[in-house]
Amino acid sequence: MEIKRNPLSRLTKKNEFYLFLVLIVLSTFLAISNPKFLRLENIFDLLRNNTFLGIVALGELVVLISGGIDVSFTAIATIAQYIMGFIISTYYIDNILVAILLPIPIGIALGAINGLLVYYTRVHPVIITISTLNAFYGLLIFLSKGTWIYNFPPSFRRFAQLKLITLVNERGIKYGLSIFTGIWIVVAIITWLILKYFPIGRKIYAIGGNLEAARRAGFNIFRTQLFVYCYIGALSGLAAFVHAQLTQMIQPNAIVGRELDVIAAAILGGASVFGGSGSVAGAVMGVLLIAVIKNGLILMKLPAYWHQVVMGAIIIIAASISALQRKIKAKRESVSVG
Amino acid sequence: MIEISAFLDLRNISKYYSGVIALDKVDFRVEEGEIHGLVGENGSGKSTLVKIITGVVQPEEGAIIEIKGERVHNLTPFEAFKRGIHVVHQDLSLFPNLSVAENIVSHLYLEKKNSFINWAKVRKQAHEVLRKLDLDMDLDAIVGDLRIADQQLVAICRAIASDAKMLILDEPTSSLTWREVERLFHFINSLKKRGISVIFISHRLSEVLEISDKVTVLRNGVNVGTFSKEELDENRLVSLMTGKSIIFQKKMKSVENREVILKIENLTRKGQYENINFSLYKGEILGIIGPRGSGRTELATSLFGLNPPDSGKIFFEGKEVKIKNNMEAVKLGIAYVPENRILQGLVLDHSIENNIAITNLGKISNKYGLIDKDLKRSLSIEALKEFRIKAQDVELAVKTLSGGNQQKVVLAKWILTSPKILILDSPTNGIDVGAKESIHNLIKELAEKGMSIILISDEESEVLYNCSRIIVMKEGKILGEYNPESLSEKSLRKIIQQVGENGDQEKSFEQIN
Ligand SMILES: Nc1ncnc2c1ncn2[C@@H]1O[C@H](COP(=O)(O)OP(=O)(O)OP(=O)(O)O)[C@@H](O)[C@H]1O
Ligand SMILES: [Mg+2]
Repeated sequence: MEIKRNPLSRLTKKNEFYLFLVLIVLSTFLAISNPKFLRLENIFDLLRNNTFLGIVALGELVVLISGGIDVSFTAIATIAQYIMGFIISTYYIDNILVAILLPIPIGIALGAINGLLVYYTRVHPVIITISTLNAFYGLLIFLSKGTWIYNFPPSFRRFAQLKLITLVNERGIKYGLSIFTGIWIVVAIITWLILKYFPIGRKIYAIGGNLEAARRAGFNIFRTQLFVYCYIGALSGLAAFVHAQLTQMIQPNAIVGRELDVIAAAILGGASVFGGSGSVAGAVMGVLLIAVIKNGLILMKLPAYWHQVVMGAIIIIAASISALQRKIKAKRESVSVG
Repeated sequence: MIEISAFLDLRNISKYYSGVIALDKVDFRVEEGEIHGLVGENGSGKSTLVKIITGVVQPEEGAIIEIKGERVHNLTPFEAFKRGIHVVHQDLSLFPNLSVAENIVSHLYLEKKNSFINWAKVRKQAHEVLRKLDLDMDLDAIVGDLRIADQQLVAICRAIASDAKMLILDEPTSSLTWREVERLFHFINSLKKRGISVIFISHRLSEVLEISDKVTVLRNGVNVGTFSKEELDENRLVSLMTGKSIIFQKKMKSVENREVILKIENLTRKGQYENINFSLYKGEILGIIGPRGSGRTELATSLFGLNPPDSGKIFFEGKEVKIKNNMEAVKLGIAYVPENRILQGLVLDHSIENNIAITNLGKISNKYGLIDKDLKRSLSIEALKEFRIKAQDVELAVKTLSGGNQQKVVLAKWILTSPKILILDSPTNGIDVGAKESIHNLIKELAEKGMSIILISDEESEVLYNCSRIIVMKEGKILGEYNPESLSEKSLRKIIQQVGENGDQEKSFEQIN
């Protein structure tokens, strides 16, 4: 006879629950030490500035759940961004839809290369995507010679100012919830829907949990893996657009190097490098956690080199906590056997 | 003449793995509505045949596969599923990270019409499947958290979740209790009435004979023959499988020199077991038998430091000890071989040699503390012989071994550590009769040399013929201690079964005792 677990105990078993607590505690702590932190203005800013991280972390989440990993997305984003910027500035295409929609298929195509290589070579995806990271990025630097792009048409500049909600602060300055935060939210909802309500999403969890079992169950592994790498490719393309909007210039070396932030956010959020676990809520909170910590460091006026130390410490703590959880779980399992 | 049509007709099936002939020109035919037993020693090719029928591996050239009279080329798992062939693989092949409900109805994701998942429907359908087997399980539990027997039930449920034309069960019962097996058999018989074919694989030959209409015997990848049930009995089956006949089993004498090595006083862990008292003598084999949920495994893990008791005392060689973790247990000289061996005991991608070496570093190190490769190799080769592990070489990855042979590797790696106390949890589940006998002999030999062994088992005959004392547990309590010499297999089964039906009947057991 099985004992039914009660819903509360189920909740407290969830990673997201603890993440949420940590986020609340940290925010309270920051708000006490610096009241500016909880100002809506600061929060809106924080969300806007982390859109790039937030969107690609959702893509990385999907890859991690499938049991893979992608470190090449920064190069994919860079290429997508550069081609888009080059086209709209050279031909002066004053249409924001082109700027949004151009990088996405580029990202998908590059993601498909990863997917094909992972499926056919059966080499570990870390190796594959480190190679494609270097190949993609090297090619771009060679072709672009490292030149920057910044002469964008007006629609490109105007779009960056769009707000979903506009408010005015006590000094009469307008601020608001950026359109980019809206994009992030939409992507999060789409990712959640895919993972929870579409067969492809469940197959992604299945292959991450037990690849051989998924094959034996008749699931199409090729299509699932291809989807996963194309999905992060598409999101890298979209995030590349957002990034170009936020900075209003395109530098070939601006994005590459941020891989670890993204993977750390996804893993903080409960995804595992062993595959099979992770959730959208977790990935969003993972990004927020990293954002809040970085923001706190800035508000506390700590020198920049401390940021790196703190980030490193966080990754170590997050990794040890999940390792510890696995150990406890393994122990519990070994006891319940029989 | 009545025409019986074959659902499945395989001819000339061979499968080679880098030098190993897993199957050698096997013909195999299963009629519609037939329950077909498949037996053979560990590594004789049963699972390989199953994998070929389900499209998981491809046979060598020249093979002919016909399903319902239609020749099939390049069978894939999806194709096999579509043709109604559903399977419980020996390693279960479940998704440990997903819920019970989702595992059971995961085939829904194969159907094109289900483009959006209705979770209420998932739970409802899964619930209906559980009802077919009269099971009660938490649908939302994560499969990886379940005990092995429950995982087996989930895998069975998954195989019967959608309408099958053929159900293949590769050792589905190795961890199930008699009652669950009974329910499964009842269900299989109902399938038969509806014209569904069943292939049933098990090392419990009595079960095979009970349920099957026909039995096919494989030996070393060769089909020795297909026999109707009437032509067979257990002895005949064993001699067909092994080329030898069963040796008459003798019961153990109780040990004369009653030197207590382990004494348990009032050991309690809430919700698992209560007030456990017993002593273990030096050089004896103590059997613990009881239905699933009786607390036997939990008790064993407590003795190994994995599951600390709430109260009570443990005396080891006369001194009170607290075993806080498994390191301390190993230091005292206690070894534990868990039931869920494949998951817990092995690194599947590593070689047999390395898997055995890891628990026996002391034995294979030279005077500088470095590993001596020759010692490592000879120890492993020794193990292959003693445990009758069927493998070409000790350098092969453990995952290339058959299910039963993987289990033998785990047994070997722990027994070779020569502990003072060896706790074995269902050590011969999934192991063929021949190897079973040699493992039993080995255990007895070890006991004669002074090792004390706790043998946990589901099988009445196993404890009866290998133990000098038997403890029956139920719902966390010890119901009684029995002397095997005064019991028969039947009377022991009766004790356990009655215990299962009704806990108040303890008195009558004392009379039997
Ligand atoms: N992937 C593989 N690589 C190499 N050899 C393999 C592989 N799979 C199976 N074999 C070998 O094929 C033979 C048959 O194995 P199989 O699993 O079919 O046996 P089985 O009859 O199911 O045994 P058991 O009763 O132990 O489950 C064994 O010798 C095994 O070592
Ligand atoms: Mg097998």
